[in-house]
Amino acid sequence: MAHLTATPVLEPGQDRTMILNMGPQHPSTHGVLRVLLEIDGETVVRIMPDIGFLHTGIEKTCEAKFYQQVVPLTDRIDYLCPMTNNLCYVLAVEKLLGLEIPPKAQWMRVLMNELTRINSHLVWLGTHAMDIGALTVFLYCFREREEVLKMFEMISGQRMMTSYFRIGGLALEPPLGFFERVREFAGRFPEKVDEYENLLTGNPIWGMRTKGVARMTAEDAIALGASGPTLRGSGVDIDLRRDMPYSGYENFKFKVPVAQEGDVFARYMCRVMELRESIKIVQQALDGMPEGPIKADAPGIVLPDREKMKTQMEALIYHFKIITEGFAVPAGEVYQAVESPRGEMGYYVVSDGTAKPYRVHMRAACLANLQTLPKMCEGGLIADVVAAIGSIDIVLGEIDR
Amino acid sequence: MALAPAITDLEQLKGHPAVARLLAWNPASVTGVKFDRDEMTIYVDHACIREACALLRDDAECAFNFLSDITCVDWYPAEPRFEVIYHLLSIPKKERVRLKVRLDSASPAVESLCSVWPGANYFEREVFDLFGIRFTGHPYLRRLLMPEDWEGHPLRKDYPVEGYR
Repeated sequence: MAHLTATPVLEPGQDRTMILNMGPQHPSTHGVLRVLLEIDGETVVRIMPDIGFLHTGIEKTCEAKFYQQVVPLTDRIDYLCPMTNNLCYVLAVEKLLGLEIPPKAQWMRVLMNELTRINSHLVWLGTHAMDIGALTVFLYCFREREEVLKMFEMISGQRMMTSYFRIGGLALEPPLGFFERVREFAGRFPEKVDEYENLLTGNPIWGMRTKGVARMTAEDAIALGASGPTLRGSGVDIDLRRDMPYSGYENFKFKVPVAQEGDVFARYMCRVMELRESIKIVQQALDGMPEGPIKADAPGIVLPDREKMKTQMEALIYHFKIITEGFAVPAGEVYQAVESPRGEMGYYVVSDGTAKPYRVHMRAACLANLQTLPKMCEGGLIADVVAAIGSIDIVLGEIDR
Repeated sequence: MALAPAITDLEQLKGHPAVARLLAWNPASVTGVKFDRDEMTIYVDHACIREACALLRDDAECAFNFLSDITCVDWYPAEPRFEVIYHLLSIPKKERVRLKVRLDSASPAVESLCSVWPGANYFEREVFDLFGIRFTGHPYLRRLLMPEDWEGHPLRKDYPVEGYR
């Protein structure tokens, strides 16, 4: 098996080749990724990603917090899809607790998750196109992204670090006019995607820079642990939303875009198609939004309403106890995975029966996806490295945690 | 929704395809099982984790062809102190299974999975970096997230949250 070669140690001084250091402050490395390249002229001989510049020890920090205090930390792992991380964590803890979540909260979670996916894919599309040289797309994408961020601000008070999902439900009722605003956006969005596609999909320059570039076979992608559009771009048909549904995704109808070529263009097409599918899910969620409470009926776990706290002694006591002591979670362990915009986002939460998690581990989709970079780039041209990095859609916050 | 108690009886769970496959191969390889919250955990003897994984990957019945994750839990001061945890996913069957290996604190080492799934590379380096577990046969076992000259392994339970000052 060719992919079993060891990760190389790069040392200069060999005859034909030179070592080129790309990053960590390079505009096309999407954060603080450092890539060491051994190049022979314009050809990449070996490539080694170097990570860890953004390591903040979030997993360690989680062990010192109450369960509910971990939610804001999860935003900061992957700052482009905060709600996906919120969702994955709260689902894991709810599974540990055995909590039943009311339908409205589940549907709201799906709605917000798909908006998050759109937000994340728009940033990816804009920056990926900009890396390759199509500057205009960036401006178009950020125009729509701004609207999504305003919706996030409307519903949670924050544009990026939303922390909108809570263990047992949602933080707040959606405000008046929120659904109308989302509906209006959802109606308009498909033609915006047409606009991006008009700029890129049929564009011969875009085609030359992406088609046949940074290829990866399905076998390699699976063996290297790739997931999400990076895996589906190589022809593997798996989407956790459809295949192992969570949070009520089984109630929604959507297609899972798969492309066979395994190159940068295939991954691009997968994500652009996903934008269209996501907006369909948003529309279904709006149309079928159930009525009812947004929080589970679990007084010792879910914070009581402010109104009840002013009139009911019991609610005030629960509020005080949750804030000061947290709540005990039955001992056990859970691995919960969701389909984040980048792939399989997994939370492994271990409880020892106290109010603080014994261990929280995040399975970062990007960390595994980044391992595919040598496979994609070795033997290719140096300019294609930039295209390949863009096409796996990395977020360094998630890789380094 | 009340939680059902965990099933830890091997007799009840030996019908599970992964357990059955491992028992048929080597009865000594399975040291325990647990079925809790709809998740299957198999405790595997640390000497045969690589072969067990290769077996589960290639077996048509199980087809656990995707390595989702490798991580570790430190149960300090209990012994065996470390549990290395492997999450496998079967893409054709849409199933998950969790394999666990228990390691003593004296010299925690386990065979690397890099020859089964090259994607184990970063996961194992991360566990080595943060827990100090050695993966024998790993092609490039160096720190991944912490600086090269860092002392200690931060995710161990005897490492203070604020770090050493």
